[in-house]
Amino acid sequence: MAIAFKQESFRDDFSYRNSPENISRFPFPFDRDEYMYSVNMEPHVRGRPGTVFENLIDVDEHYVAEMHDRMLVLKEDPLRYQALPHMMNAQWDTLELLMEEQATGYPEHFTLTRNGDEWRWVNRPLGIDDTFTFGDVSTLPCEPFEYITRQAQGDFCIVDQRDGNLWMDAGMVTTQADWSLDFDIGMNFMEWHGPVPLAHQAGVFDRALKFLLNLQQGKPTRRFNWTMTINPRLDTSPENYHKWGPDRTTVTPENVAEKVHLRVELQSLWRLPRSNAILFVIRCYLMNMGELVTVPKWARRMPRVLRTLPPELIDYKGLTRYREDTINWLSKYDDGAPTSPGIFPD
Amino acid sequence: MSGGREIPVRVTKVTPVAERIKRFRFERLDGKPLPYFSGGAHVIVSMNDFGHIRRNAYSLMSPPHDCAAYEISVLHVEGSRGGSTFMHERVKEGDEMNVSYPVNLFQPDWRARKHLLIAGGIGITPFMAMMEQFTREGANFELHYAMRTRDRSAYWKELAERYGSQRIKIYCDAEGMTMPLDRLLDSQLLGTHLYVCGPSGMIDGVLRAGMEAGWPEQNLHSERFLSSLPGKPFTVELVRSGKTVRVGHHESMLEAIEAAGVDASFLCRGGACGQCETEVVNCDGKLLHHDVYLNDEEKAAGRKVMICVSRFEGKTLHLDL
Ligand code: FES
Repeated sequence: MAIAFKQESFRDDFSYRNSPENISRFPFPFDRDEYMYSVNMEPHVRGRPGTVFENLIDVDEHYVAEMHDRMLVLKEDPLRYQALPHMMNAQWDTLELLMEEQATGYPEHFTLTRNGDEWRWVNRPLGIDDTFTFGDVSTLPCEPFEYITRQAQGDFCIVDQRDGNLWMDAGMVTTQADWSLDFDIGMNFMEWHGPVPLAHQAGVFDRALKFLLNLQQGKPTRRFNWTMTINPRLDTSPENYHKWGPDRTTVTPENVAEKVHLRVELQSLWRLPRSNAILFVIRCYLMNMGELVTVPKWARRMPRVLRTLPPELIDYKGLTRYREDTINWLSKYDDGAPTSPGIFPD
Repeated sequence: MSGGREIPVRVTKVTPVAERIKRFRFERLDGKPLPYFSGGAHVIVSMNDFGHIRRNAYSLMSPPHDCAAYEISVLHVEGSRGGSTFMHERVKEGDEMNVSYPVNLFQPDWRARKHLLIAGGIGITPFMAMMEQFTREGANFELHYAMRTRDRSAYWKELAERYGSQRIKIYCDAEGMTMPLDRLLDSQLLGTHLYVCGPSGMIDGVLRAGMEAGWPEQNLHSERFLSSLPGKPFTVELVRSGKTVRVGHHESMLEAIEAAGVDASFLCRGGACGQCETEVVNCDGKLLHHDVYLNDEEKAAGRKVMICVSRFEGKTLHLDL
């Protein structure tokens, strides 16, 4: 079925909204009423139709608007895309993966035709119809990784594997939650995970690194991450802190519904075939509290989760200033009834 | 989670290559292309030996961009535990088997200005795929290939023809030729990465020479799959699944555990990747660590064991499985 793509903005007038159908497919990240930190990795396999797990690379009604926002970010700051020279193999791997998955999942919107190394890519929502030679950079308007990630929702990092570690050696990062590709590029796994509280003590990163080093081709894996953002802003980069940081002081009991957004990252990890690098796809979903309470189960669970957050995390996720107001507003929708396990609406 | 995803394939060609070496060609049963892979990758081949499943790792030697088929070469090892004997004596064209998705524990460093490849004997196979990939990408490489005798060695003729004598150097023991390792190590371009695959002694020698010549450790790469050695039979208790497993003379712990219907993870089955690391809950006796994954301290501590290659001698061994 064809998706009705929306015209909307993630800046200035913030006209971004979720349609009722899109709300019901939102990847709500909490499977119980209290917050618990876990590594929560699971196989990235196709799931229920009508959820974000239906396809391995998800495309939704915000596709066109997100691609437009990415273009604006890159125009202002071209360093949001970077790839070190030895990552060219991995760039082509990524192009193939994203084209294949989008064309398989959404044949009415994307078509990939391969004839040996001569490929034709048709992207109807963005009005693109290009023919190029796979492996030959000169046949594309820009590098293959930039080309395809200007046409795919989410942030993308390609990580090279060597010396028993992982290195952030390429990225298209325009919708990040407060981290910077320009800062992290060339760093290894332990370096770029440096500043997360609590997690170190548990040795989670040692385990996560070992897990990733053995990530297998043909067995992608996924995990959730979440935070909250004021206004539907995709670009909450450190470079732009002066724009989004002050937003946090603008929350009042009256505007919680419209302003406060749950921001969920569905991260998938893929071993790439030709380069043996790992692709991190960080797909971001935003939903405001007004939209969230239209699903009764989530309306009950959300304030309960927020109440049980450990103080270091409240601070780390930058929720301090508006958490109380948000809990108070949400509590009106919590009738105290028990919630069912799992993340899906009842 | 066990090993990599498996793909059902048919053996479409078996070619004798040299004395005791055969090449096998696999194509997918469903006729689709196989996954791409990167030079240096291996697959695990599953062999059904009258209901007893053997699994061995073999380097992929076919061109990585050619997904029509995978090719491996198998050396018939004297006194093997059965895998290479099975491949040599029982596997025929037309047979159906399973291979895993490719796994690469010997990935070239893509930053290298030049790749210096050093092969001994059957250790040539991962380099065949690497050289195809380097050629396609215009990367600079050179192969030095040591062998005992020409008639017992594989592919040297084809390689010399394909890449020319500038890039392929052959050293044949029987003809009194030795690899001028010191000169090789001293004369390389800055930013060269070295890769060695062959008999254990050769790998040790090359790595040592590299360190002594002042090469950074990160520029020296090796691939060494150990095979699980035969040994005295013993018994393991699996604490979580509540099973008692007897490990036979020629069996590895991993094989015995799999045969008992317990799923254990692995990627290399050769003591190299760390995937089969298992916690030792209780041990009264001696763990015989044969892997190259754990460091000496970890081995001495005895809290972990790599079940794909290690053995046990003593009274009781309880594992967290
Ligand atoms: S399976 Fe790789 S070390 Fe045991």
